[in-house]
Amino acid sequence: MINKIVQSMAEAMAGIRDGSVVLIGGFGSIGQPNALIDGLIEQGAKDLTVVANNSGVGHVGLAKLLETGRVRKIVCSFPRTADPVVFEKLWREGRIELEVVPQGTMAERMRAAGAGIPAFYTPTAAGTRLAEGKEEREIRGRKYILEDALPGDVALIEAWEADRWGNLTYKSSARNFNPVMATAAELTIVQSQHIVELGALDPEKVATPGIFVSRVLHVPYGEPTVT
Amino acid sequence: MNTIVKENVTATSAYQPLSRRQIAERLARDIPEGWYVNLGIGAPLQVADYVSAEREVIFQSENGILGMGPAPAPDQINRWLINAGKQYVTLRTGGSYMHHADSFGLIRGGHLDLCVLGAFQVAENGDIANWATTGDNAPAVGGAMDLAAGTPRLWVLMDHTTKTGESRLVRRCSYPLTAIGVVKRIYTNLAVIDVTDEGFAVREMVPGLTLDALQGVTDAPLRMAA
Repeated sequence: MINKIVQSMAEAMAGIRDGSVVLIGGFGSIGQPNALIDGLIEQGAKDLTVVANNSGVGHVGLAKLLETGRVRKIVCSFPRTADPVVFEKLWREGRIELEVVPQGTMAERMRAAGAGIPAFYTPTAAGTRLAEGKEEREIRGRKYILEDALPGDVALIEAWEADRWGNLTYKSSARNFNPVMATAAELTIVQSQHIVELGALDPEKVATPGIFVSRVLHVPYGEPTVT
Repeated sequence: MNTIVKENVTATSAYQPLSRRQIAERLARDIPEGWYVNLGIGAPLQVADYVSAEREVIFQSENGILGMGPAPAPDQINRWLINAGKQYVTLRTGGSYMHHADSFGLIRGGHLDLCVLGAFQVAENGDIANWATTGDNAPAVGGAMDLAAGTPRLWVLMDHTTKTGESRLVRRCSYPLTAIGVVKRIYTNLAVIDVTDEGFAVREMVPGLTLDALQGVTDAPLRMAA
């Protein structure tokens, strides 16, 4: 019997190693798996590379993880939100490395990783500062740059519903990076608002099929309070 | 509309620049029903206020919304539904959600009819600079480069000059580029200007403004559109 539902945070976080590349879902705070981030802080892995769209709000979730000093590098598209106090301080003090990636390139690099594509050409960022050091090629009269796939060792995902096979649905715009990150990591860990019986999810509405999911933890936290 | 001036009027009468809202309203008039449109964060988002729901213009938000509606009433907020500016929004009837790779696949695949972005500078060859200045903040690009490079029709909404009077329409951008050769049209507080193979072509100016006066506050050469 397949049962990916784990009963404790310690079980969910087991085996995450120092130096891991950790993909963290969410756009701002919506769809960001804050309970799993707290679990990762508790678990203690360090020297991490975090891939996330933003760089944390206030002192919760991703911001709290950065504050522990265990993140060596962040890969993101927009390291500014309403209140990026923790990231700004670390960055100004030179205590965190930043790789800024166009948002679509970031999503596509992970999609590629999940689909067995090692690299791809895109016109996004061609001719700009973010193309520096990248292979450029002209195809049918337009400039493209080569972008590498971006696989993760771990993905931390927030879902709305999950079953024991790891089939997932998402809530509104909280879907965002979560499904693509789930495909791109070796170990995909999910926190889900609801756990349902196998067979209860409408197969037509499953957004992430269970094959991409390693572990599911039930985290019925209610509503996000910040965006 | 009587705001359209298509000849080089040499009178020196005073003119009234448009407010940001008026630029948004002016731009909205040029969006036909049926277009799929992405509005950049900031001033471009105001364009949606001037497209009534009866006109079926479909707004896309980069974080996976197609068919985004206006802000919800305070007691109707869905806390999992935000726009690219991280404000609460609604989903209109017929709207749908998608994940980020599909959302940007849609953008990068050229499926949108229009993207409207703000900018620091636009060059006469269509280059756009809108993501970084020379300031000391951490660089943040978001979806700007994907939208600029991927959308077949990119319009810019911006003030014609900086607060200190420097032209934002330039021969070559001095700020870091967002994308090369992509801007098709610019809506400013003074004029509507096309970017053509021969440079900037003025389609219309605010009443009372002359091409000479507009050229006086514009770094790159202007000509009237044919």
